[in-house]
Amino acid sequence: MMRFIWPFVIFIVLAGFLLVGLNLNPREVPSPLIDKPAPAFTLPQLHDPSRQFSSQEMKGQVWLLNVWASWCVSCRQEHPVLMDLASQNIVPIYGLDYKDKRADGMAWLRNGGDPYVLSIVDKEGRVGIDYGVYGVPETYVIDKQGIIRYKQIGPVTVASLQEKILPLVAELQRK
Amino acid sequence: MRRLLILLLCLFPVFSIAGEAKDIAKDPVLEKRMIGLADKLRCLVCQNESLASSHSDLAEDLRREVRELMTKGMSDDEIIDYLVARYGDFVLYDPRVKSTTLLLWFGPFLLLGGGGVMLFYQLRKRKRLLMENDTALTPEAAKRAAELLNEQKDTQA
Repeated sequence: MMRFIWPFVIFIVLAGFLLVGLNLNPREVPSPLIDKPAPAFTLPQLHDPSRQFSSQEMKGQVWLLNVWASWCVSCRQEHPVLMDLASQNIVPIYGLDYKDKRADGMAWLRNGGDPYVLSIVDKEGRVGIDYGVYGVPETYVIDKQGIIRYKQIGPVTVASLQEKILPLVAELQRK
Repeated sequence: MRRLLILLLCLFPVFSIAGEAKDIAKDPVLEKRMIGLADKLRCLVCQNESLASSHSDLAEDLRREVRELMTKGMSDDEIIDYLVARYGDFVLYDPRVKSTTLLLWFGPFLLLGGGGVMLFYQLRKRKRLLMENDTALTPEAAKRAAELLNEQKDTQA
């Protein structure tokens, strides 16, 4: 009997690893930027290209940077969630309009509503590269010192908001 | 009219090739170096394609970025560091040896070594068992063995 124990144990351990592996999402690549300073940027604003917005202006505040685009399909899914969050005035949301045409971006906000304090335009996707953006939408939680504390890959959902983002924001705001 | 149309249609592939060729830089040496490096990097959008072969928008942007960093005089290692700082180890097809990747790099050798040790002990055990049983046959056993062997010969014949 004993001679079967070890192969059995090894099988169970291996099956356990494979089971966990099956349930992991390969699209979610852990960001090396967590707990690192958010890359600084200065970009023209979406609604008024003559005005610039710099990430440095946000020092001392907890804020969300949401990467979106008018061509992004999943953004449609997350949009009502962001609208709802914005109406609660818990945390300011800034939008990074990623690789988009200015007119398209503005039209999309006109039709669907604008949850952002303001949006900036990353036409060539260079700030996106600095932030390690590889799939839109992505959302970053940035603390008062300008450190990235969390990255949501894919749409923000009610569940991810309740379970992760809002508790984290509340904690960071107390600090 | 029809002939003209056919001629026009024949020209279309030429136009489409011209459209795709925008990635080819003016400096062929630099381009070769860029492709060589991009071959070792994973495209994060498609995940199973290298940065060199991917047609995704992001891969195009990243190739442009790599090209620009090369023109700035950065070495291949510096460029890899630059991309790893933004996208993590996942961009590397050859993960670096560090504390979190030790098991990945050396796990297979560990398994091989473990298997070898197990095989060694199994073989030794088997040899010992054979030696223990390898005693001379008693006269009765020898007689019975001969009988059995004869029986087999009879049935075969």
